[in-house]
Amino acid sequence: MDYVGSLILLAINAALINNFVLHYFVGICPFVGVSRRVDVALGMGLAVTFVITIAAFLSWTLTWFVLQPNAPLTSWIVHTINPNSEMVVDLSILNYIVYIFVIASSVQFVEMFVRKFHPPLYKSLGVYLPLITTNCAILFACLEIMKHVSGVGAGAWTLDKALILGFFGGIGFLIAIVLMAGIREELDLCDVPAPLKGAGITMIIAGILAMAFMGFTGVDSGLAGILMRGGG
Amino acid sequence: MNRNEPTALERFINGILPENPVYRQLLGMCPTLAVTNSMEPAMTMAVAVAFVLLSANIIVSLIRHLLKPHLRILVFTLTIATFVTIADRILQAYMWDMSKQLGPYVPLIIVNCIIICRCEVCASKQKLGPAIMDALGQSLGFALALASVATVREILGSGTWFGLPVMPAVWPDWVIMVLPPGAFLTLGVLIGLVNWLQNKKKQTA
Repeated sequence: MDYVGSLILLAINAALINNFVLHYFVGICPFVGVSRRVDVALGMGLAVTFVITIAAFLSWTLTWFVLQPNAPLTSWIVHTINPNSEMVVDLSILNYIVYIFVIASSVQFVEMFVRKFHPPLYKSLGVYLPLITTNCAILFACLEIMKHVSGVGAGAWTLDKALILGFFGGIGFLIAIVLMAGIREELDLCDVPAPLKGAGITMIIAGILAMAFMGFTGVDSGLAGILMRGGG
Repeated sequence: MNRNEPTALERFINGILPENPVYRQLLGMCPTLAVTNSMEPAMTMAVAVAFVLLSANIIVSLIRHLLKPHLRILVFTLTIATFVTIADRILQAYMWDMSKQLGPYVPLIIVNCIIICRCEVCASKQKLGPAIMDALGQSLGFALALASVATVREILGSGTWFGLPVMPAVWPDWVIMVLPPGAFLTLGVLIGLVNWLQNKKKQTA
């Protein structure tokens, strides 16, 4: 129960309390750019969730087996070549470059997939689909995973936690962008002062949304109490 | 060379206000919102972005004849990622506290749209000189934008500026300004303000 409880807490934390967009400010570009209509926003949110989950899986695997100090695969290679070596193998300097590669290739994959199986969505996402590559939310998820993989002892994350963080982080992004699109659809009927039209009013609405999401602070500790008691 | 192309000096000036990356082009919002709760991290971030933008523009401008169209974005990102790694390691070596405070936002410079956009729009088509001036102008504009947001947030939120107290002691700190919502609200209002001033200037001219 402890295990399931900790996963649920992590999920709620990633999706609501520390929402990627409204708490960490990552993924602002599509949040402002693609939030004019609810259906497009939903498509974008799903695409991002999908890419984040794939990227989370790949980045955890690569970090754990190849990149972290004394990673199994790299040390094995070094010790096969030179059995007497005492060297600590550390490829973590390559972290960022590897992550960017992983993200770029998973976006390419998603693009091919969507073009083949969902042409209308492909059309409406347009230029924003390749731009997912430069979506900070995905790199941010990879970095969070990296930080926790290198954590020592029991703090180190296993693959399931990385996947949960990626998936629910994406869901958090989806919630934020769909809420935003809903508000902006209504906003078309309102009389917004001219200088604030477009980005200005979007930012202010995001501020108010962020305030609303601050209301989730503390939910985790309450929930932790309930879950742990329920598990006995 | 095309006569309508802006000169190197014009590129430099364009970056500061007329084509300010944050206020006019709406690029690089992520650091603008995330590290501006006080001046010190904001300025560190501005310097880091300036370093990466300048180096990336120089490299891309030098290799512009070798770029293949379908691979160029990948080459840009890898160039940028290399320089960001350098900047990150330097920060960790010499400014450990600041590096911790900036956290994931230093590596996130890699996906900062300003740098990719400048590589694409300017450096991959221009000689070294204009590319350097463009990078300098854009990073100065970015620094100004960060400074403006950070000034508002730090003064209203903690009553200080660069850590020095500027507000009278009775000032009640608006804690919301240093929290995430304050970032969105400040940037929204500032964007509105810049647009308003721009329109006013257009009408009088």
